[in-house]
Amino acid sequence: MASGKDLSVVICGGAGYGVQTVEDILAKVLKRSGYHVFATREYMSRVRGGNNSTEIRISSAPVDGMVDEIDLLVVLSPGVRENIRRRITQNTVIAADRSSVGEEFEKTDCAFFDVPLGEMAKEAGGAVYANVIAAGLVLGIADASTEQAEEYFLSRFGKKGDKIVDENRSACGKGLELGRGMAEKFPDLAPPKKDDTSSRRVMNGVQAVSLGAIAGGCDFVTAYPMSPATGVLAFAAQNTSDFGLAVEQVEDEISAVNMAVGASYAGASPMVTTSGGGFSLMYEGFSLAGVAETPLVVHLAQRPGPATGMATRTEQGDLNLAVHAGHGEFPRLVLAPGTIEEAYSLTARAFEIAHRYQVQSIVMTDQYLLNTFRDVNPDDLIAAKPDKCLMTSGPGYRRYEDVPNGVSPRSVPGLGKGIVGCDSHEHDEEGHVFEDFDLRVRMSDKRFRKGELLREDFVPADIRGPENWTRLVLCWGSTGPIVSEALIDLKLPDTALMRVRQIWPVAEDVVAAVERADELIFVEGNHDGQLENLIRSVTGRSAQGHLRNYCGLQFSVEQVREGLSRILG
Amino acid sequence: MTDPRIFDLPEADMAWCPGCGDFKILEALKKALADMDMAPEDVVVVSGIGQAAKTPHFMKCNFLNGLHGRALSHATGVKAANPKLTVVAVGGDGDMYGEGGNHFLHTVRRNPDIANFVYNNMVYGLTKGQASPTSPKGMVTPVQTRGVSSEPVNPLALAIVQGATFVARAFSGDVDHTAETMKAAIKHRGYALVDVFQPCVSFNKINTFKWFKDHTYRLGDEHDSSDRSAALALAMETERFPLGILYREEGRPTFEDSLGIYEKDDTPLHRRSPDVDKVRETIDSMA
Repeated sequence: MASGKDLSVVICGGAGYGVQTVEDILAKVLKRSGYHVFATREYMSRVRGGNNSTEIRISSAPVDGMVDEIDLLVVLSPGVRENIRRRITQNTVIAADRSSVGEEFEKTDCAFFDVPLGEMAKEAGGAVYANVIAAGLVLGIADASTEQAEEYFLSRFGKKGDKIVDENRSACGKGLELGRGMAEKFPDLAPPKKDDTSSRRVMNGVQAVSLGAIAGGCDFVTAYPMSPATGVLAFAAQNTSDFGLAVEQVEDEISAVNMAVGASYAGASPMVTTSGGGFSLMYEGFSLAGVAETPLVVHLAQRPGPATGMATRTEQGDLNLAVHAGHGEFPRLVLAPGTIEEAYSLTARAFEIAHRYQVQSIVMTDQYLLNTFRDVNPDDLIAAKPDKCLMTSGPGYRRYEDVPNGVSPRSVPGLGKGIVGCDSHEHDEEGHVFEDFDLRVRMSDKRFRKGELLREDFVPADIRGPENWTRLVLCWGSTGPIVSEALIDLKLPDTALMRVRQIWPVAEDVVAAVERADELIFVEGNHDGQLENLIRSVTGRSAQGHLRNYCGLQFSVEQVREGLSRILG
Repeated sequence: MTDPRIFDLPEADMAWCPGCGDFKILEALKKALADMDMAPEDVVVVSGIGQAAKTPHFMKCNFLNGLHGRALSHATGVKAANPKLTVVAVGGDGDMYGEGGNHFLHTVRRNPDIANFVYNNMVYGLTKGQASPTSPKGMVTPVQTRGVSSEPVNPLALAIVQGATFVARAFSGDVDHTAETMKAAIKHRGYALVDVFQPCVSFNKINTFKWFKDHTYRLGDEHDSSDRSAALALAMETERFPLGILYREEGRPTFEDSLGIYEKDDTPLHRRSPDVDKVRETIDSMA
C-alpha cells in the first residue's frame, strides 16, 4: 500500500453498470464512518458498455492522489481493460461473479473471490442491485457504520418510496455481511480515528469549481457541452434559482463567450466553461474581452488534443493555449488549481482579480481533477467577498479613462447618467473607434499596466520541502498532490516541491525559487514540457530533468516515485 | 416627443460614402428612439463589424461595437444581464446573415427582447463589393467572377419559419415608415427583426435606389400580421418585396423570462449581491 495504511479499491464495470453509484455510496458512507476518502474515475467515450473504473482510497489519514497498486478489485462486468489488468499484482484480491466474468482472471496470480453478485441482486430485488452489493462489500471490509449506510439510502432514495430504500438497504446489507467476512484479507487497513472526519465534506472537482465560481460572485454561465467541462454547466443549471444564476446552453462556443462579454459589459459576472477545442473557438471573443476590458472567467477543463483527441481522458496539454489565447496582445491571468480546495479558492480568486483589474482569468482544470472526489475541510475553501468594483457614472463619464495604474473606473449601462462605450477596435477614452497611432500606444500601455498589477497581486506558489533544499521539482495543476506524495515517500533531504498555481503572469516568487535552485526537475502531464518551456522563457533557466505523461491517464504516485528515482539516479 | 438630436454625436467622423442608405437608417433610428422618449443612457446599441455596424459610433448612447457576426450574442448577453435596458442590435446583411448566420437562427429561437435592424444592401461594402448572403443570383463581383451561384438567404422567411415573434421589412428611402417600423419593433416584447433595404452606392449597381423603389410596395391594412401563413407567403414574394410588419405575435416568453431569475425580482445583475451564505449552506449540506 502506497502510504502503508490505506486501502486501494478499484471498481470496474461497463457504462450503465452503476460504477458511479458505487463511488458515491463509498465516498459518503466511508467519510461518515470516519475514514478519509479519495476517489477518481476514468471512463470511455460511450454511453453504454465498454469498461470504466473508479479508484477509491480509504484511509485513516488524508490521501490525495491516485496509486497504481490495487488492494481490492471489484469487477461488475466482464472485459476489464488492459490499463487495469496491468495493475493487478499477487497482492491484489479480486471480487467478481464467476458466472459473469467466466475465465477472465483464470491466469491471474492472485486471490479470487467468487461473489454471486447476480444471484444476490435478484434476491435483493433485481439485477440492478449488483453494484449496491459491491459497494456493501467494500463497506464491510472497512467495517463501516451500518447506520450510516442506511441513512445514506434513506436520504438518497427516500423520495422514491420505502420499497426502493428497503431494497437498497437489503442489497447493501448482503454485501456488508460478505465484506466483513473478507476483512481479514486486509489487515493493514487502520481503523479510522473517531470523529476525525465529521466536520469534513466530500466534494468533487466539478462542485469545487462551480461553488468557487459562485462564491467569487459568478452570476452568469454560458457554455456548449464538451467533456470534461460540462459538469460545471450542469451544476450551474441545476442551481439556477438557489443562486440567482443566469445559465444558457448556447448554439456554439463562439456564442458562449460573446454572450458572456455582452453580459459582462452590462454588469454581469460571467463564466464560460469549456475544454481545449471549445476554447480555441472562443479566442476571438476572448480577445474582444481583452481590448474591451470586460471581466471574464474561463474555466478550461483540459483533455488530450489535438482536435477531438481522447474525449474523456486527461492531460495537461493546454498551458500554451491558455497563456497565448487570443490574437494581439493583452494581459490575462492563468491559474491552475491542483487540489479540490484550490479548485474552489482559485476559481473564486479568478473572479476577484478579473473584476479588480478588469481582465480575463482562465482557471485550468482537467478531467482527472473534475472527476476526483475527496473529503475536505470547509475552512480551507477560501473566497473573498465578491466585489464587481463598479462606480456610478456621471454625465462626463469616460469608460477608458487613462489613469496611472491602468484600471479605469468602471461603470455599466444604467448605473448612473453616463454613457458607457465598449469597442472591439482600438478606441479613445469614450470607447469610440479612432485610428490614431499615439492613441494606440497609449491605450495598449494602459492595458499592460494592469498586467504589472497581476504580477504583483499574485497567487503564491506552494513550496514544500526541507529548509536547505537545493533541488526543485516543479509541477502544476492536478499532478501536484501526486508528486507531493511521491516525494514524501522518497524522503530526499535536498529536494523541495514547487506547485506553480499562478501560471501567468509568472510571479516573482516562482522566479526567485527557480533562480535559487541548483537543479530543476519538471513533472508534467504533457509531451512538450509546456511549463518547463514557459519557465525557461521567463528565467532563462533550463531543466536538469523531466518526467512527462501524455498517455491519456493521470500519473500514479508509483509512476512519479519511480520516474524521479530514475532521473535522480 | 423628444428631439432626435439628443442622440447626435457632433464630433463623430462619419465613415459612410456620400449617398449611402445608412444615413437614412441612422436618421430613422434616432427618430424612433426620440419618438419613444428614450434617454441615451437607457439605450444600448450593439453592433458587429461592417459599415452598418459603425452606427453606434455616429450617435450618442451606450454602445457595444463587438465582433463580426456576433452582435446578436452580445445583445442577448446585455439584455440578460439587465432587462431594463432597451437593446438594439444593428448590422449589415453579411454581418447578421453570413458570419452571424448561426447566431441569427438561434437568437430567433431564443426570443430575447431585443430589436434587430439589418441594413440589407445585398453586397459587402466595407470589403469592397464581394457577394453577401442576400446578393441576387448572377451578380458579378471581383470574387464571384462568374456570377453569384448560391441561392440568396431569405431572412424574413427564415425568421418566420423558425418562430420569430416580430418580422418586418423597411426601405431606407422612406425614413418615416422605417422609423415607425423600428418603433413597433422596439416596443415588441421579444426578438424583433426589421430587414431594412438600403442601396450601396459604391458597390451594388444592380439593387439601386430606383431598383428598390420599383421592387417594393407597402403592405396595406388588409394584411393580418397575426396570420403566420400569410406572413410566410409574403416573405416568399421576390418579384416585388412587401414593406411593413409581416408577422407579429405577442405574449411569447422572452429569453430573459426563461432564465428564471427575474420572475420575482427584476433587479439587474449589476445591482444584486450574490448570496455567499448560501454557498456555505450548500457545502455544509454535503456528505
